[in-house]
Amino acid sequence: MATIIETRQLTAVTKYFRIEAPLIASSARPGQFVMLRVREGGERIPITIADYDRELGTITIVVQAVGATTQRVCALKTGDEILDVAGPMGGHIDIAPGGHVCGVGGGFGSAALLCLMREFTARGDTTTAILGARNKDLLILADELRPLCTHLEICTDDGSAGFKGFVTQRLAQLIEGPAARRPDSVVAIGPMAMMRAVAETTRRPKVKTLVSMDPLMVDGTGMCGGCRVTVAGKAQFACVDGPCFDAHEVDFDVAMRRNKAYVQEEKRAVDRAACMDRREIA
Amino acid sequence: MPIKRADKTPMPVREAQQRAHDFIEVNAGYTTSHAAFEAERCLRCQDPVCVGGCPVNVPIPEFIHAVAMGDMAGAAKILRSANPLPAICGRVCPQESQCEAECSMTQRFTPVAIGHLERFVADWERTQPPSVQAKITKTEKIAIIGAGPSGLVCAGALARLGYPVTIYEALHAAGGVLRYGIPEFRLPKEVLDWEIGLLKSMGVEIVCNVIIGKTLTLDELFGKMGYAAVFIGTGAGLPQFLGIPGENLNGVMSANEFLTRVNLMGGYDPEKSDTPVKVGKRMAVIGAGNTAMDAVRTSLRMGAQKAMVVYRRSDKEMSARVEEYHHAMEEGVEFHWLTNPLEIEGNAEGWATGLRCQKMKLGEPDASGRARPVPIPDSEFVLPVDNVILAIGTTPNPLLTRTTSGLLTNKKGCLVADEKTGLTSKALVFAGGDAVTGAATVILAAGAGKRAAQAIHEALEARA
Repeated sequence: MATIIETRQLTAVTKYFRIEAPLIASSARPGQFVMLRVREGGERIPITIADYDRELGTITIVVQAVGATTQRVCALKTGDEILDVAGPMGGHIDIAPGGHVCGVGGGFGSAALLCLMREFTARGDTTTAILGARNKDLLILADELRPLCTHLEICTDDGSAGFKGFVTQRLAQLIEGPAARRPDSVVAIGPMAMMRAVAETTRRPKVKTLVSMDPLMVDGTGMCGGCRVTVAGKAQFACVDGPCFDAHEVDFDVAMRRNKAYVQEEKRAVDRAACMDRREIA
Repeated sequence: MPIKRADKTPMPVREAQQRAHDFIEVNAGYTTSHAAFEAERCLRCQDPVCVGGCPVNVPIPEFIHAVAMGDMAGAAKILRSANPLPAICGRVCPQESQCEAECSMTQRFTPVAIGHLERFVADWERTQPPSVQAKITKTEKIAIIGAGPSGLVCAGALARLGYPVTIYEALHAAGGVLRYGIPEFRLPKEVLDWEIGLLKSMGVEIVCNVIIGKTLTLDELFGKMGYAAVFIGTGAGLPQFLGIPGENLNGVMSANEFLTRVNLMGGYDPEKSDTPVKVGKRMAVIGAGNTAMDAVRTSLRMGAQKAMVVYRRSDKEMSARVEEYHHAMEEGVEFHWLTNPLEIEGNAEGWATGLRCQKMKLGEPDASGRARPVPIPDSEFVLPVDNVILAIGTTPNPLLTRTTSGLLTNKKGCLVADEKTGLTSKALVFAGGDAVTGAATVILAAGAGKRAAQAIHEALEARA
């Protein structure tokens, strides 16, 4: 059991949680994730650790209500308990110090830039965070990220805030532009289509790029192999070998197809959860 | 001496057509009269060779004699003195290649049903108030990593010696492979829960959701957490894949994933579970061990209309327990022997549609001593399938060894540990079960956990 000590609704479907989890907070590193379960009979779902505070013994996660389980998570309030929180799972993001690290966050994936930017800025790296959203209402955590990085770039599809266009367009400008703004390495966290586009953007200029893969998982400890991702032609388990992989080696076609394996079941689960909740209320 | 009956008293089983569609236990268990009858068959040999066939040397004739005398409490006590998980081992041990293979009755008749009697006694014991009492008398705390068979047994043995014990489990529920791997119809969770409840009543603390090697390191268990000794029972949970084309198609998964979805996550009861289990009409399971039998029989129960086992060797080389094989056949599982999968074919949407195979014949023995399967030329064919499940073995999980310095493993990733004591390359760190042996049996893991508990006790006594 882990107690929720702070929640904030970031957008209509995205919620920020600070959770009491001292052991996880003490060992978490950027790029790792936790497995959550919110009720008996509930699914185990992987959620990226957005941030952690070792002194307070808390971790931060940001959850988007897309499926039955994430909707149940997002219905939780400050003071509620999460049945199971296990982690930190997976390997952490390993980048040699002293360079310019650019974190690209799309949608609720931006949340994971919090600890990434904080840690890398603190050790003396130059850091750039590029946040992308369809419009300014969907933009999250920009104010929190601003003090944690050297440069903050905001991109919206409609131009309602910052640069008008995709994160990849702004990233390409930075790579082609003056040396002072050119990243040595890029970490992309967000929707699969965005991560794939980032991989394509950095491939030709040969900027080392990591993507945080988010495949379907059951246990998160290496036991099921459901999370296998094809990297450089080889099957890798995202939960123990990843979740971050060399973007230029990931087979996104396979990854995107595998993530759709349970689409029908997920739709049914959403309907069923709504129905069950009504029954519980009644 | 009374005349011995020639044949084993058969285990009452549920009717195949009925049981193949639900998760209720297949074997119904002996009645008291079955057990009394069967116990009478034991010859009570001067030199009981069956005991040598048991990895933990259960005093078999003694417990069977107690059953014959109607002394169930005595039988339970004798059994438990050697095997801390009798209700589980009575159900899942491969008796036919262990104790029962050695039984003197086998020379002329069929062996005494040692496994069925073990189960009978242990099931009786579960109807009684728990008799095992333990009191914490020691100050040295012991940490156990993994709540599978070896860890549970090690914890129980240490608790009986008076040590405060904490088991750290990575998943949200204790039991290890007994929870996520072995299905309800073969090992009801109620049996496992009873054993876990017994440990808790003895003061053993079980902490779930803690992954040693991630949440806490092994070294932190000694330093920050103050444990005096550690037992590693992390099992062999990492599934192997064949590496054939099409393995990443949708509808293809490891037996571990399939069984975890059904068993640990409760997918067999969609009313209560949120974890989806996708089972098509035609399910092919590759491999012929116990996990393969569990997976293929589970697929029938989850609604597959055609459940198949595909194995490149023959039934002679299969490693599954004979009982599981018979049950699977009765339930309508199709067996494709001497059939080697080459590729999984898929449709435009990326779903598996067929398993391209080649027929094999048996050749000379290979490194494992089993006849090597050799391809028959021009024998390729496609088996239409909707799902392919790989049950071709598991290896130890590298999570702990990757983050621990000084913990030696062999080239298969198994922990290097002393055979008698379980001592690893690190002082006061012991290990046992599948993490050391690679995928093996519950009883071997239980035996290793028990021996390690004694070794931990001796190491701490020597230090004091």
